[in-house]
Amino acid sequence: MFDIDLWREIFQSINKNRTRSLLSGFTVAFAILLFAILFGVANGLNNTFAEAFKDDAINNIVIWPGQTTKAYKGLQSGRQIQLKNEDYKFIKEEFGDKVQFITSRVMKNVTASFRNEKGNYTVRAIFPDNLYIEQNKMLEGRYINQLDIDNHTRVVIIGRLVDEKLFSKTKAVGKYLSLSGIQYKVVGVYSDDGGDDEENMLYIPLSTAQSIYGNNDFIDMIYMTYNPNMNYDQALTFGNLITKKLKERLSIAKNDQRAIRVQNNAEGAKAVNLMSFGLGMIIIVIGFGTLIAGIVGISNIMIFIVKERTKEIGIRKALGASPKSIVSIILIESVLITAIAGYVGLLVGVGVLELATPMLADYFIKDPGVSNTLVVGATITLVLAGTIAGYVPAKKASKIKPIIALRND
Amino acid sequence: MLKIEEMHKSYPIGNSSLHVLKGINLSVENGEMVAIMGSSGSGKSTLLNIIGMLDEADSGNYILDGLPIKNLTEKKAAVYRNKFLGFIFQSFNLINYKNALENVSLPLYYQGLKRKERQTKGMFFLEKVGLTDWAHHLPSELSGGQKQRVAIARALAANPKLLLADEPTGALDTTTSYEIMEFIQQLNDEGKTILIVTHEEDIADMCKRIVRLKDGIIMEDKFVKQVRVKQNV
Repeated sequence: MFDIDLWREIFQSINKNRTRSLLSGFTVAFAILLFAILFGVANGLNNTFAEAFKDDAINNIVIWPGQTTKAYKGLQSGRQIQLKNEDYKFIKEEFGDKVQFITSRVMKNVTASFRNEKGNYTVRAIFPDNLYIEQNKMLEGRYINQLDIDNHTRVVIIGRLVDEKLFSKTKAVGKYLSLSGIQYKVVGVYSDDGGDDEENMLYIPLSTAQSIYGNNDFIDMIYMTYNPNMNYDQALTFGNLITKKLKERLSIAKNDQRAIRVQNNAEGAKAVNLMSFGLGMIIIVIGFGTLIAGIVGISNIMIFIVKERTKEIGIRKALGASPKSIVSIILIESVLITAIAGYVGLLVGVGVLELATPMLADYFIKDPGVSNTLVVGATITLVLAGTIAGYVPAKKASKIKPIIALRND
Repeated sequence: MLKIEEMHKSYPIGNSSLHVLKGINLSVENGEMVAIMGSSGSGKSTLLNIIGMLDEADSGNYILDGLPIKNLTEKKAAVYRNKFLGFIFQSFNLINYKNALENVSLPLYYQGLKRKERQTKGMFFLEKVGLTDWAHHLPSELSGGQKQRVAIARALAANPKLLLADEPTGALDTTTSYEIMEFIQQLNDEGKTILIVTHEEDIADMCKRIVRLKDGIIMEDKFVKQVRVKQNV
C-alpha cells in the first residue's frame, strides 16, 4: 500500500506551494494550540480543587461533641456531651458497610524530647484506620496496628517535620521519644499532603492514650469515611442519619445544633464536583468548538486548493490519473498538513502551558498539563479531522471533468 | 484506428440546449495526419474532446482501435486515455511546479512505471524534442515553443496510438509554429496517427487530410497533398 511515488508527489506539491500549505496548517495549528491551552488550564483548575481536598480522604465525615443548648428528657441545657468507645462501636455496628474506615480520636498536647531536642506537639491517639482517613504515607517503619491497640503498646508514629526537627542527626525509627515524661518507641515516620501542621503530628494507639492519660473510655472525636460507592446525596442522607441516631442515643433534642456536630465532606465535595463537572463541560464544548472551527477552516482551504488546482487535476486526468489517485493526493495532503500542523500546535500549546505554569499558580491554576492520553487522542482526532476536512474537496476534485479544467479561459 | 458513426452532442445553455454535433461520421486509418478545421462554434473542439474521451457523446458510436468507447467508468476512461491517447493543447497545460522532465514523466507515473525507468524514458523523449539541456527547468523558464515541445514529449511518453492536438500552434508565432509542425510531421512519418484541430489554413495544409466542420456537420473531407514544412522555411 505504501507508494513512495505518491508521497513524492504529495511532498512536491506541499513544498512547491509553501504559502498555501502554511496557511492551511496555521488554522489547524492555532485551533489545536487553543485546545491544548484550554484543556491544560481546565486541568490546572481541577488540580487546584483536588489539592484543596488532599489533606484527608474526600469522603470524610467528622463527628465531635459540644454542649447541649436545649433541655431534653429532663436533662438541662449546657450539659457537656462526651463520646465514648461504645459510641464508636455503635456507629461501626449500626451502619455496617456504609462505613469504609473509622477511627476514634483522643488528642493531647505534649512536650516531646529526644536527647537535647525538644518541641511542643499534638498527639493524636487513633485506630489503624486513621492511616486511610488522613491519607498518611509511610516514609519509614510501620503504622499503628491492631496489636498496638490490643496490647496498649507505647509506640509512636511521627510526622516528617517532627522527624526533621528532633531526629536531625539520627534515624528516628527504633529510638525512644519522651512525650511529657513517658517513653514511647518510634516505629514509623509518615508524610501527609495536608500541609506542615499535618506533618507536625504524633500518632499513638488509642487504647494506650486512654489507659495512660485518663484510664477511661472517653474519646474526643470520631473520624470516618463513608462507602465511596455512595453518591453525594446518599452520603448526605447517611450523615444526617448518623446525627439523628447519635442524638437519640445521647439524649439530645432533635433540634439541638450544638450538642453533636457532624461535618460531612460530601456537602463540599458535591459543590466542588459539580463545579469541576461544569468547568469540564465548558472546556469540552469550547475545545471541540475550536477543533471543529479548525476542521472547517482546513476544509475551506482544501476546497480552495482544489479550485486552484482544477487545471492541474484536469491535466493529470487527461494523462491517465484515476479518480482514486486524485482522491489520494488531495486527501493525504490534507491529512499530512493537519497532522503536522496540529502536532506543532500541540507542542507549542504544551510549551506555553509549561512556561506559564509558575505565573498561573497565582490564579489557582496548579500544574496545568496535557496528559499523554490526550496527546495520543488529539493526534488521532487530527488525522481523522484531516480526513474529514479533505474528503469532500478530494471527492470533488476527482469529479472534475478534464474538459472543463482544460478549457482555455 | 478510429471510427465515428452518427455522433450527436448538445450542451445545455440555460433552458434551451445547443446542438453542437449533428451527426458526425468519420473514419481515420493508422498513420493518417488529419486536420479538423472550422470556424469557432463549428464543433471541432467538441469532436476532439469526445475522441480524447474528455467528453462523452449523447448518441452515436465511437470505436477506438477496435474498442467501443461508451459508458466508460472514470477509472476505465483514465486507463484508456493513458494507454491510447496523447494530448497536445494550445495552452500547453504543463504543471507549473514540475520541471520539464517531471512533466514528461507524469503519464509514465500513471502507467505505474518505476522512477528510474520514468526518468530514462522521460529523458529519451526530451532528447527527441531537443530539450535535453532544459530537463530540469520549470515551465516558467521555457519559451512558448519549448513548452509546446515539452508537451509533445509528454504526449509521446506514454507511447499512445493516437495524438490529439488542439490548436497546437495557436499560442505560437509563425516561425515557432512551423518548427512544431515540422516536428509533428516527423512523428507522422514515423507512423503516429495524428489529429489536429486548427483554424489556420497553412497549418491544415501541412496535414494529409482536411476535415472541414460547419455547424456541427462535416462539410468537406478531402485528402490533400501534404506541404512539407522543410521546404517552406
